[in-house]
Amino acid sequence: MTEESIFAGFGGQGILSMGMILAYAGMIEGKEVCWMPSYGPEMRGGTANATTIISDKSISSPIISRFDTVVALNQPSVDKFESKIKPGGTIIYDASNIINPPTRDDITIFGVAGSEAAINLKNMRVLNIVILGSFIAARKTVTPEAIMKALASVLPERYHHLLPVNQKAFEAGMELVINYK
Amino acid sequence: MSTIPNFIEIPVNPEIAQKEFEVYSKPSTLTDKPFHYCPGCGHSTVHKLLMEVVEEMGIQGDIVGVAPVGCSVFAYDYLDIDMQQAAHGRALAVATGIRRMLPDKLVFTYQGDGDLAAIGTAETLHAANRGENILTIFINNAVYGMTSGQMAPTTLEKMVTTTSPFGRDVSTQGYPLKISELLAMLPGVTYVTRQSVHTTANVRKTKKALRKAIELQQEGKGFCLVEVVSNCPSNWKMTPLQSQQFIQEKMIPFYPLGDIKTPEGK
Amino acid sequence: MGEIKLMKGNEALSEALIRAGCDGYFGYPITPQSEVIEYLSREANARTGMVVLQAESEVASINMVYGAAGTGRRVCTTSSSPGISLMQEGISYIASAELPCLVVNIVRGGPGLGTIQPSQADYFQATKGGGHGDYHMIVLAPYNVQEMVDHVKLGFELGEKYRTPVMILGDGALGQMMEKVELFEQMPRKTEFPDWATTGKKEGIHRSIITSLFIQPEVMEQVNLRLQAKYREIEKNEVLYQTINCEDADYIFTGFGLGSRIAMKAMEMAREKGHKVGLIRPITVYPFPYDIYKEFAGKVKGILDIEMNAGQMVEDVRLAVEGKTQVEFYGRMGGMIAGPDEVYEYFEEKFLGGK
Ligand SMILES: Cc1ncc(C[n+]2csc(CCOP(=O)(O)OP(=O)(O)O)c2C)c(N)n1
Ligand code: SF4
Repeated sequence: MTEESIFAGFGGQGILSMGMILAYAGMIEGKEVCWMPSYGPEMRGGTANATTIISDKSISSPIISRFDTVVALNQPSVDKFESKIKPGGTIIYDASNIINPPTRDDITIFGVAGSEAAINLKNMRVLNIVILGSFIAARKTVTPEAIMKALASVLPERYHHLLPVNQKAFEAGMELVINYK
Repeated sequence: MSTIPNFIEIPVNPEIAQKEFEVYSKPSTLTDKPFHYCPGCGHSTVHKLLMEVVEEMGIQGDIVGVAPVGCSVFAYDYLDIDMQQAAHGRALAVATGIRRMLPDKLVFTYQGDGDLAAIGTAETLHAANRGENILTIFINNAVYGMTSGQMAPTTLEKMVTTTSPFGRDVSTQGYPLKISELLAMLPGVTYVTRQSVHTTANVRKTKKALRKAIELQQEGKGFCLVEVVSNCPSNWKMTPLQSQQFIQEKMIPFYPLGDIKTPEGK
Repeated sequence: MGEIKLMKGNEALSEALIRAGCDGYFGYPITPQSEVIEYLSREANARTGMVVLQAESEVASINMVYGAAGTGRRVCTTSSSPGISLMQEGISYIASAELPCLVVNIVRGGPGLGTIQPSQADYFQATKGGGHGDYHMIVLAPYNVQEMVDHVKLGFELGEKYRTPVMILGDGALGQMMEKVELFEQMPRKTEFPDWATTGKKEGIHRSIITSLFIQPEVMEQVNLRLQAKYREIEKNEVLYQTINCEDADYIFTGFGLGSRIAMKAMEMAREKGHKVGLIRPITVYPFPYDIYKEFAGKVKGILDIEMNAGQMVEDVRLAVEGKTQVEFYGRMGGMIAGPDEVYEYFEEKFLGGK
């Protein structure tokens, strides 16, 4: 198994930490992992992004041209990365933030109402965790348990009171994909 | 270092060469190698004074010196202690590295005016400002000695050098820099004094100043600077005697001697 | 097995410095490696008593390294391209005075102020001398975060073995990316120091002088001969490289550091398409593994070198193969990085007649 994904959106949306938590979870499960923030050809366009690779084998290039999965939290990211998805790949985007959704018919598309779910939890800052939940439900790259363990390790102790709301956000995000029509 | 004098062997008369007749000897902390400095040059005197102090204080094994590029770059040939040679201008960075690794040792730099106040100004200012526990001995001879007499930051107004052949023109070449006064303003600096070695009385005062500075170093009191207004007879194109007069008449009026900052609160 | 962590390259390197028992670090902030001095300022002194000092410039920091290395301690500085340029005089002095130390260059795109994006354009500077005079540093080229850690320890060991400066030649991407690393155990700081160190004149007559000044040409020549003999020893003993899939290869891809990983991915793509491609990755770029290229030069149909510059290591590759095989180069500059797709297409174009 190798999952080559990119998380993209505006700076401040928690884009970089989404990838980092995924990488951490991968490590907990004993997999090879690589996380690289907006470096390489995709750095332009006003978005923050992080390539995250999880694999059973050792990882060659952290610079990749095509992705298995794209997670897009804003319009420029959809516009930029839709064409970079491998045939049969997946795009997950925050439907509340996007006007022109992806159109390719050779990929799986999840337009999830992530922002709404975050608003329901009265905390916009958990949007990234909602979407990460959707990612895990769609891709099953690592187990949900590994993600929650990773979150506890990545989050400094003083923020650990926020773990329950993050757990809820994560589950809400998974639901969005499981019940996706 | 425009001329390297040949050392002439003088035959010794064993009847006269007896300990009881001895009136003068070099400190044991100097090597036996004859100085290469030009006749009458202040470098030789300051080397000897420093090593007398090192001998008297019994710190030969506790002190590490840094000599950067300049006429005194070969100081390690004469000073019989552990030494490092430094790139031009970097003496105080090198000394900082040594001192931070050897907090229990004494560290000094021996620098010319070009080294201390031109190419190495940043290192000088910042080492002083960090209050590094280092003693800097600063030989101000108002020219670049080693490279044969170009203008230095301390060259006096109207003074002729090979790069100010019509005399230093302050309107285009800047003013002579009183780096000691400048450094004295910094809180990390404990002791700044300006001395000279052009008369015997001044030689004695310089030695006292060196001893005081090393004692302050032993107490960990921070950065100390002993400036020595010196000469460069070769590049000033003077006899040693004329050069002493030049110090008295021209240098000292602009670079007044005495303490600039002391821990006692001057 | 040591402790496994997910770490950024720069932080992993910093942690390795502490664990390697480094005595002193002198540096000046510059992107993309400022995390090193930040991490060390936070962590180092309290844990091992290591000295961490922010110098006033790179010129000062390399000279502090010179002074500190002269006391026989384990010392290091890190910077990125423009800062490393400023250090060249000091590095030359260190090489001549034969002091061990570690210099890390997390390369960014140049020339000039350039860009903060990753690059490999300092290969020539690192491997061919950089400063004035005939000297070399041992240059290690890590290709992942794990090697950023391992090369710290290796670098100190090689430096001390040969009394020579060692450079770790990384790049901005390696510094910023996170990977799994296995950290070695905390090593004690040294308590015994070589007798050439300037630590105060020893009892009796022995004293130490650190200098790079040998004014008589006869003496300077002898110093040079000694240095060259040392470099020949290093070239004989310390060459490190990795080969993958070379046994049956018709073509070889090559590159160092991050470039080698892009090459590796392009190799995987080629293998999937049925082309027998192997990979050679120099781990030391000085000493350069000329022999392994020479060995394959007669056996393969071509070599494709991938770098993040205008073609620097490729000169060494060409030197090694002595015209016995076709050598092509693909690289991008100024902080742009070639994707594996681009590399693969270039391979098809150059070697397979553009299929
Ligand atoms: C980077 C560099 N630039 C220039 C020189 C040449 N240089 C050697 S000594 C010197 C001037 C030394 O003058 P000063 O520091 O006043 O010492 P003095 O020789 O007068 O005792 C110069 C310019 C050098 N060695 N290195
Ligand atoms: S400072 Fe002047 S007099 Fe003294 S050794 Fe140098 S050149 Fe000669």
